[in-house]
Order: sequence, then C-alpha cells, then structure tokens
Amino acid sequence: MADLSARLAARVREASEQRQPLRLAGSGSKAFLSDAAHGEPLELRGHEGIVSYQPRELVVRARAGTRLADLEALLAGNRQMLAFEPPAFGADATLGGAIACGLSGPRRPYVGAARDFVLGAQLIDGRGQRLRFGGEVMKNVAGYDVSRLMVGAFGSLGVLLDVSLKVLPRPQQETTLVLEHALTDALARMNRLASRALPLSAASWHAGVMRLRLSGAAEAVASAAREIGGERQADGEAYWQALREQRLEFFDPARLGGARLWRLSLPPTRPPLDLEGDCLLDWGGAQRWLISELTPEVVRRAAAEAGGHATCFRGPAPEDGRFHPLTPAMRRLHQRLKQVFDPRAILNPGLPCRTP
Amino acid sequence: MPAETRPPDAKAKLLAGLREILPSEAIIAQREALRPYECDGLPAYRQTPLVAVLPGTIAQVQSIMRLCSRLAVPVVARGAATGLSGGALPLADGLLLGLARFDRILSLDPLARTARVQPGVRNLAISEAAAAHGLYYAPDPSSQIACTIGGNIAENSGGVHCLKYGLTVHNLLELKLVTADGELLTIGGESLDAAGYDLLALLTGSEGMLGIVVEALVRLLPKPPVARVLLAAFDEVGRAADAVGELIAAGIVPAGLEMMDRLAIRAAEDFVHAGYPVDAGAMLLCELDGTPEEVASQLECAIRVLRAAGASELREARDEAERALFWKGRKSAFPAVGRLAPDYYCMDGTVPRGRLAEVLEGIAERSRRYGLPVANVFHAGDGNLHPLILYDANDPEQLRKAEDFGAEILELSVAVGGSITGEHGVGQEKLHQMCVQFGPAELACFRDLKQAFDPAGLLNPGKAIPQPRHCSEYRELGGDTLTPPSRRGGLDG
Repeated sequence: MADLSARLAARVREASEQRQPLRLAGSGSKAFLSDAAHGEPLELRGHEGIVSYQPRELVVRARAGTRLADLEALLAGNRQMLAFEPPAFGADATLGGAIACGLSGPRRPYVGAARDFVLGAQLIDGRGQRLRFGGEVMKNVAGYDVSRLMVGAFGSLGVLLDVSLKVLPRPQQETTLVLEHALTDALARMNRLASRALPLSAASWHAGVMRLRLSGAAEAVASAAREIGGERQADGEAYWQALREQRLEFFDPARLGGARLWRLSLPPTRPPLDLEGDCLLDWGGAQRWLISELTPEVVRRAAAEAGGHATCFRGPAPEDGRFHPLTPAMRRLHQRLKQVFDPRAILNPGLPCRTP
Repeated sequence: MPAETRPPDAKAKLLAGLREILPSEAIIAQREALRPYECDGLPAYRQTPLVAVLPGTIAQVQSIMRLCSRLAVPVVARGAATGLSGGALPLADGLLLGLARFDRILSLDPLARTARVQPGVRNLAISEAAAAHGLYYAPDPSSQIACTIGGNIAENSGGVHCLKYGLTVHNLLELKLVTADGELLTIGGESLDAAGYDLLALLTGSEGMLGIVVEALVRLLPKPPVARVLLAAFDEVGRAADAVGELIAAGIVPAGLEMMDRLAIRAAEDFVHAGYPVDAGAMLLCELDGTPEEVASQLECAIRVLRAAGASELREARDEAERALFWKGRKSAFPAVGRLAPDYYCMDGTVPRGRLAEVLEGIAERSRRYGLPVANVFHAGDGNLHPLILYDANDPEQLRKAEDFGAEILELSVAVGGSITGEHGVGQEKLHQMCVQFGPAELACFRDLKQAFDPAGLLNPGKAIPQPRHCSEYRELGGDTLTPPSRRGGLDG
C-alpha cells in the first residue's frame, strides 16, 4: 500500500522538461503488445492499494499498480467481480495495465467491456499534471468522458494513477455446455441465442466444438441448459479462465513458429473470413483469434472489408506496428488528442499508433 | 461576435450561402418563424437564432459546416429540444441546425442485434421497430416518446433502467460525425471495438461541442420475457435509502429502482391514481426483469430484504396493467409535482448510494431554511437525485432563493463525492457548478479537447465547459447568483 502519486508526477514533469520519452512499466505481463513503446522505464508497480471499496455501492477504486489478482480476490470475497473479466497474462498483472490495454474476457459481449465499467480515473498527463475525471457514481455527465478515453490508449494519453470501476455481483451459478457444430452453424447459433433473453455469458468455438456458458439464478441456468442441450463440461470455469488467459493449447507459443496470432474484432454475424490458418472464436463470434502465416496486409484488408480490424497479438510485429492502421483523417485526430494530453510526446511514444 | 457588432450583411451572406445548399423551405430566417427554435426543455433561457436550417442529407450538413467555417458562424445542433440544461439554446449570431428531418431507421439487423438510425429518430421509435424481433433499445429517458437519439448521444442520456442496462454510451456501436470543418468521420463500427482511441466514449455526452452526429448504430437487447415490480412503502426517507443499499448488497441488480418522497407520492397519486401509499414517508418501486426463473428467484430475495429493511407496506403489481400504472405514476411525477406550485426547478445531482440518506436530510434542512418545499423523485439505484424545488418565479425573492438552494444541492452532491449532473447535462445551466466539480487543470483539458476537434470554436460555443473567467467570478461571488432556474422543467427524469 503506497501512494506514489507525487513522486510519479515529479518524474513525468522532469521528463517533460528534458523531453525524455518514458515507457510506462507495470508488471510487464502485456509488454508484448506495447513493444513499439520506447523510452526510460517509468516503474508503476509500487503505486498500489485499494483506495475505497464498499460492496453495496458496487464500486471499487484502486491504485493502478494494484495487482489484478489481489483486486479480484477482494471482490470474490464479497461475492462480486470485475464483470469484463480482464485477461491478466501474468500473475503480477496490474489494474493499470489492464485498463490501459483495455482488453476484456469472454463475458464482454453480454455485460460490457473494460471501458463500460470505468467510472472515473486519476492520471498524470504528459506535462506531469495530476488530473481527475469522472468519479465513483454510476451516472456522471459533467465534462467530457476522459476516463473512458484512457481505456485502451496504452498509456499514451496519461499515466493512470487510480481507477474507479463498477463491479457486479457474481452469478449464483454458472454452467458450461459443450455442443458439436461446424463453424458456420456455430456462428449462426451463437447469434440466435444472443438475440433471445437467455442467461448467456460466454460463447466460443474451436475445431468443431462450441462452448456456451450460462450464468444466473440456479433455476434460470438449469432451464436454459435444458432448452439448449449438449453436454455439461465439468471444469467449465477452468476452460473460460484458460481462454481468457490464452492458456488453451490453441494459444501455445510453440505452435506459432513463424506465424502470427491475430485478434480479429468483427461484427459477430460475419461469415467466416476466407483466410488460411487456424481460427478460434470468442465473444459469440465478435472476437476471432487467427493463427496464420499470411502477411499483415492480407489479414488487415480482410478484417477491414468485413467491417472490423485486426491486431497482431503474438509473433513478429508488422512494420507499421501491431495495431490496425488508421485512416488519414482519424490519424490526424489522434495526433491532435495526443497533443492535448502529451504535447511533447513523452508517454509511451509509438503507441497505440505510430505517428509519422 | 455578438449580433450587434456583426456586420449587417453577415446574415445576408449566410443566407446566400445556405440557398446554394438547401431548398428555400429548409431555411428559416423570419423572426416569427424562428420563435419555436428559441429554447429547449429549459425555457428560462431563450434566444432567437440568426437563422435556422433543416437539412435532410449528410452532404448538406457537410456543406453547411464548410460554409459556417468559412464565414465563422457558430452552429448549435438541435434534436427534439427536450433537453433540460439549455444545451440546444441558440446563439444570436449563430445558425441553428435542426436535425428533425433525419428521422429514418435505416436498417435493423435482428441477428446482429443492431439498428442503424438517423439522429432525428425518436428514442421510443427504435424500441417500437425492434419489438417485432423481441428486441429493444435499453436507455429510456422519461422523455423517450419525444426525445431523439441524436440528442441522447449528445447528452449520454440514461433513464430508469441504467443501473442494469447502462447509459447511451453502453449501447452505442458507431457514429457518423460531421466535424466543424465539414469532414465526415466514422467512429466505432459494427464490431464491438475499433482501432485507436475510444472516441465513441469521448463523443457520447459531448453536448454537441465536438461534432454533429448524422448517423448512429445502436445495440439492441433481447426483451426480457418477464418484468415484475414491487412497491415498498417506508415511514421515512432514510429507511428507504438504506433499503436501496440492502438490495444491492444482497446481490440484486434491479432493472429499475426508483424512490419518491411523501410530497412526490401525494402529487403523483392525485395526478394518476396509481394506488400509491399516500401516508408513507417514502416509496420505492423495484422492477426485476429477465427469464421467469431469474425473476422469481430475485423477487423472493427482494421481498425478504425489503421486509427486513422495515418496509411498512409491500405490494407486487398484480398484473401488467397495474405494473404500467405504478410506472405511470413515477413517470408523470414531474408534471404532477408541477401542479403544486407556479414553478419548479429540477436538479440532477448524483451521489454515492451510501450517502443518500444524509444528502436527503441535507436537502430537507435547506428546504426549511429557505422556506421552499422540495419534492424528491429519483433514480435511487444509481444515486441520481431529482429534487424539485417549488417556488414562484414571479416573486423575485423566491426566484433568488430557488437559485441559491439549487446551487447548494449541487455543491452538496459534489462534496459527498458525486456529480452536478447525472443525465441532464451541463449545457448553459450548470456552467458555474462545473467550476465546483473540476479544478482549473481539468477544465483547461476540456477546453483543449474541444479545440482539438473544433479549433475555431464554432460548435455550440459557450456551453458545457466554463471559461476560466467564469470560474474566478463565480468563486469571488461565493455562490450562484447568476443562473436563472427553469420555469417548468420538461418531461425528463
């Protein structure tokens, strides 16, 4: 438990004066995504601790260096959870890293993403100023929504100091169903089920096997399970945890060779893309993992034509970075936003999109 | 530039340019014809615009923005003008851009659960169109019969179901935005996230200051097959507030959780005869929705919790008709309270739920001090208060008191860790309180953000984000003596 806000702000101020780029460093669990960032490391892990948590407010506020695992254990002790199921990718992953990367787990299409649960944030901008946006209330429309803008900005707009999040009660019961389906059928069924009022909380597919998770009151889960059919998976929670953390065999780095692991974010109803490689579906079809040797150009073009975008998660970073290139107009807008928060471009330069 | 210092040919130049873009019937320049555009749902603020236009295509909006950029004419966008903070208040030297003709639902994809809509589509019309597929659009402001999706996006509107289903920002996938210089941008998309910064979040609730929304793709949700509502009466407001916390602590996330105090209960009962407990100190409406099994399980739990929390009376709506009646009372509480006094001033602060009882006591104490009655009607589930201060605007003394009282309530909300506005927006009305909620550095950041999108400051200038001068004046005065309150609020809340 330590509040290093003042020290961190002083360090950023000094770096700003010297125009010294800083690379924001948490536990390094997601460093593979931010390998484009360069600069002196700004160590954030010591800035940790729960600032406030009142279960009946459904809100927790914690410092960015707090270990995600500690935070989730605290919530679990009160039968609550971070409903967006942030992937940790490492035992020491921090809350700040999870929010800065903006990743969400299998429950995302049914309850919302990391950004949907952020209520407020305190940050240090690129001048070393401490700024506070949002708060700890569910509804707040005063001023622009800067806290949500920080989610997925990879620290390029500010160093997160603390974050307030909405939390949700843990479902009374969860059941995982296993059904055999070809890819096209699985996609259609996932979408049909999602358009009905069922307690669906995750849907994945790989190699002919579709898995569905149901969450809610015991009777509601049992009734939906009877209707949907399929086999019960005994260790369901372990499966979803492994999917979220990319520990399924599909994600084994040894399999990758010279290929890349792509994250395709697509409209959930899009038919399978005609791309050579192994494909795993999560988020009811809205997030598709592709292991492929195809060039970045081919993968990105296919994703864009299908109405989505592609991120190179693992394997060699494409020449123009891991993230999907922006259109010229959007790139200009991004540069202007970067200017607002970090006029000397010292925070994680190179992220999330390279500036020419 | 104020109208009087603008060269006399400015209006003529603007009109000449507009005539090249729009048919003449889409241009309104006569003073009398401009009258209906002079205010929104906060009629205490009125201003006739220089010119109003009603374009019907995105290309026209782009051309209008290019023209206004060239002529340096500020632009205020307007949807159905149900807003309660003066966000669509026109400028004397500005163009009012009405989006009423963008009123089509372009497509609805039941399998993908999305609807592509123009900004002038009414909120409720989306749910009506989706109903055939068992889907609906979740955010439901009380003005949903009239308000438009473009305005909902500008304000990040909520409604009675936000605790469970979120605000506008949680139910939006893509925006088409015309920038100040007439460029058309697509923000977000059909996928659940987009590359780059989360501009969708930044733009939602930006009160028309960063761009003009000309199209939106919204998420639709499966309509819960069952919704049941409980009415719980309490002897006093503090007990009802505590019961709200107990419900949440028990792991229940109600679809709606609304509270009314005695004055509001009586006014609503007189108005719609919903069978409300008129002798109670406070009343909760707790709606649970989902599958029959889910609702049955939650209902049982909610009844247990509300009993234990000291409910003096507990009733479930017997049927769909009674459920609708319970809600009708709540949804018409504003106009009902409006009948109790010549005028009322509606506040919109949010507070942490745990501080509800304390804040309500603070409001009651101030009510006694100012000698002005207050009715409380609010979204208890998310801590969004709507105190209605009753007064007579024709009495200058009462008007001043209502203003001071309102300002104190908002400042109290900030002091307990809440916000000056939960869903009505800052607009013209709460500029001063922005100086209480935010420090100079945050306000400077907001101004820089505005400039990043709109370097010439042409989009809804002067709203939502105060200038430094505003704040220093406000602090010197030590209170809000500048803002006239609403005469008659709108439907919202």
